[in-house]
Amino acid sequence: MKQNILKYLNTNIPPFSLTVYRIGFGILVMFSIIRFWSRGWIEKLYLEPDFHFTYLGFSWVEPLGLYTYLIFFICFLSGLFVTIGYKYRFAIITLFLSFTYIELMDKTTYLNHYYLISCISLLMIFLPASSYFSIDSARNKFQIPRWSVDSLKILLIIVYLYAGLAKINSDWLIQAQPLKLWLKEKYSIPLIGDTLLQKEFIHYLFSWGGMLYDISIPFLLLVKRTRIFAFVMVIVFHVLTRILFPPIGMFPYIMIFSCIIFFDNSVHKKILDFISKSFKINYNKIYEEKILEKKSFINQLSLIFVCIFLFVQVIFPLRNKFYPGELLWTEQGYRFSWRVMLVEKTGYTTLKVIDQTNGKHILIDNKDYLTEFQEKQMSFQSDFILEYAHYIGDIYQKKGFKDIAVYAESYVTINGRPSQLYIDPTVNLYKQNRSLKNKEWIMPFKYDIKRFL
Amino acid sequence: MNLSKYSSLFLILIVLFSCSDNNDNDGNSSDNYNRQALLSNIANNIILPAHTSFDLGLDNFSSNVSVFNQDRSIGNLLNVQESFVEAYKMWQHIEMFNIGLAEEIYFIQKMNIYPANVTRIENNLNSDNIDLDNNPNQYSSQGFPAIDYLLFGIAETNELILDVYLENQENNIYMNYLILLVDKMVSNSDAVLEYWQNNKEDFINSNGNTSSSSLNMLTNDFIYYYEKGLRANKIGIPAGVWSDVLPQNVEAYYKSNISKQLSIEALNASKNFFLGKHFGSQTDGEGLYDYLGYLDDTNYSDSLMFIGLNDDIVSSFDNSMQKLMLLDDNFALQIQTDNIKMLEAYDAIQQGVVRLKTNMLSILGISVDYFDADGD
Repeated sequence: MKQNILKYLNTNIPPFSLTVYRIGFGILVMFSIIRFWSRGWIEKLYLEPDFHFTYLGFSWVEPLGLYTYLIFFICFLSGLFVTIGYKYRFAIITLFLSFTYIELMDKTTYLNHYYLISCISLLMIFLPASSYFSIDSARNKFQIPRWSVDSLKILLIIVYLYAGLAKINSDWLIQAQPLKLWLKEKYSIPLIGDTLLQKEFIHYLFSWGGMLYDISIPFLLLVKRTRIFAFVMVIVFHVLTRILFPPIGMFPYIMIFSCIIFFDNSVHKKILDFISKSFKINYNKIYEEKILEKKSFINQLSLIFVCIFLFVQVIFPLRNKFYPGELLWTEQGYRFSWRVMLVEKTGYTTLKVIDQTNGKHILIDNKDYLTEFQEKQMSFQSDFILEYAHYIGDIYQKKGFKDIAVYAESYVTINGRPSQLYIDPTVNLYKQNRSLKNKEWIMPFKYDIKRFL
Repeated sequence: MNLSKYSSLFLILIVLFSCSDNNDNDGNSSDNYNRQALLSNIANNIILPAHTSFDLGLDNFSSNVSVFNQDRSIGNLLNVQESFVEAYKMWQHIEMFNIGLAEEIYFIQKMNIYPANVTRIENNLNSDNIDLDNNPNQYSSQGFPAIDYLLFGIAETNELILDVYLENQENNIYMNYLILLVDKMVSNSDAVLEYWQNNKEDFINSNGNTSSSSLNMLTNDFIYYYEKGLRANKIGIPAGVWSDVLPQNVEAYYKSNISKQLSIEALNASKNFFLGKHFGSQTDGEGLYDYLGYLDDTNYSDSLMFIGLNDDIVSSFDNSMQKLMLLDDNFALQIQTDNIKMLEAYDAIQQGVVRLKTNMLSILGISVDYFDADGD
């Protein structure tokens, strides 16, 4: 057993697949930055709002005024460097830090696939991805350890598997919710919108199909016999989600691209040849088989880190088990767990500030303090509501209120159920601290959703 | 690999189904909701007749002002005042339709931003260079609230008000300003009515689900109106929900005893719009009520989770009406004597806002804001 493991860890393979991944990943990051920038989202999301929702422990991460553009530019540049493989290690570290910084600036914009990009770039810091077809590799031409490519595959397996397992719940499978709500509202899609998408069996088919797709696709990609079929499915599935749910943004492209990693090295060699030809890159330093130098201490360290990283990736999405209550309702342990498009949740939340020395009280008009997007996100997520309550309390402290109490009136609906009170209206949120502890001031969810994870 | 075989089968099925049904042309839309019928009902039986009747009401008001201008008697002043109140009531039925030309020319802002800015009005009286069309600062010095001031607020009693209009009859600044404002209202209203007459078909045919499609705009405007125009402006702000009590901020402050009446009109207009009830009649047509019912019915097979959201919303309208009925005709007076009742009315209306903004929107699949950020 031990021997097998050692043998595996010492197995080396040609660097083609990792090289293609590096090139493509850099391009996707560059493209994402350009897309984000050109839509004016930097201004709208990071510069215009007075207030930003932060992650616990990262409240020091905030937009830097006009320098925020610089961060995006640095991120773009590091994407470029990663693609061409110039100062790779430095570039990918910069990419990870700048991209993650951007994501940490405001929780409002949290998306699973942004988190995925952060994870991939973190992982790639420890992979020898610029050993071939890169400016760096003019000096180094290596074979790479097999585990480095496999670690990326494992990360993708984790993503798909958790996304699929999260769908094993009674709302998704038995009620076909929220897809029933979402598909019925797509009536303006030509041909299928007002016909097929209104049919109940389609809602069930998509729900079950989506769940089975997520769970099985990484394994179908692993097995050579089913790989091509699986990849066609990947394209069909993600293009379909793109058509049905346009706001899903870059996600389909990132997933379709990432799945290419499952193909054999020979396929990636052809891709590289194709790139060479189309861009007339004279990459005549023909790849030579040369074993990665054993001495590499960095290599050992990288392996250890990658193991820890993957272990955390397996454990982290399970943390919701430490919290009582319905996950979709409290959202404690919901983020960073690959729960993608799992729930239709809408809320309505207003805060009341009270000066307890004289009973003077004021209702807060959210529009005075938050953007519409922030208000929407705040209205149904407990940690947002708490942070907002503190922000408002602090403002009124400066306005001369004494002995402040902040109460929330909050109603939330999940998957088209009747809305119900979300936050205990008798709890002074200004006295509650932000922490990882269970938020006891979330009202219990009236319904029962059975789930696997 | 058994599991994966099954899943592949599923996926193939999905693809096959999506392809095969594309080709068969039975359409089978009989079991789908006819959104066009809903839009048609709202356009033909609510928006158009409400705008027409409002326009006629304004014309009547305007001609009464002309008569009063010619012959400044107490009787003619009373006629002007009476037709003003009638037009103000009809206005409550169209304020929610902030769509198309109305939105473009800031029709709603020019008609009903209150409290009126008396200082600015007094300045305007002596100025002959007033830009009522393009200067947002002038919104609160025109429309109903400004005329409310001119007809009821410039002196204590009707006799004294008449006296003001009797001074310097040839060039009475109050009369001049009154006529200027009325003409502005009439021409704006004419334009908006004409817009609806000409664009009705486009409105009905825009039946997709995008930010610019009719149903989305209507629904958003309706909710915005119910939350802001009705709940906040009429009740919440004067009752001091967000700050100190502001009794001088009630609608028609100077007329003083119609704030309740106007709120009741507005609430009725909201309920009728929701139900799809024809303007000025008891005939019930297709409305959000019916569409919501259709969507809601097919949402959960499990009866435990069935909401009956449409009836729930109607009952919240009814509760709000009951609370409004308990109030004094004059909200300013109500606020000063027993503000708790005002706050209770606010709470009742708020319950409706919650249902509209959470349940209704998520079931209709319409987003409140149209910020185009990514989501997953």
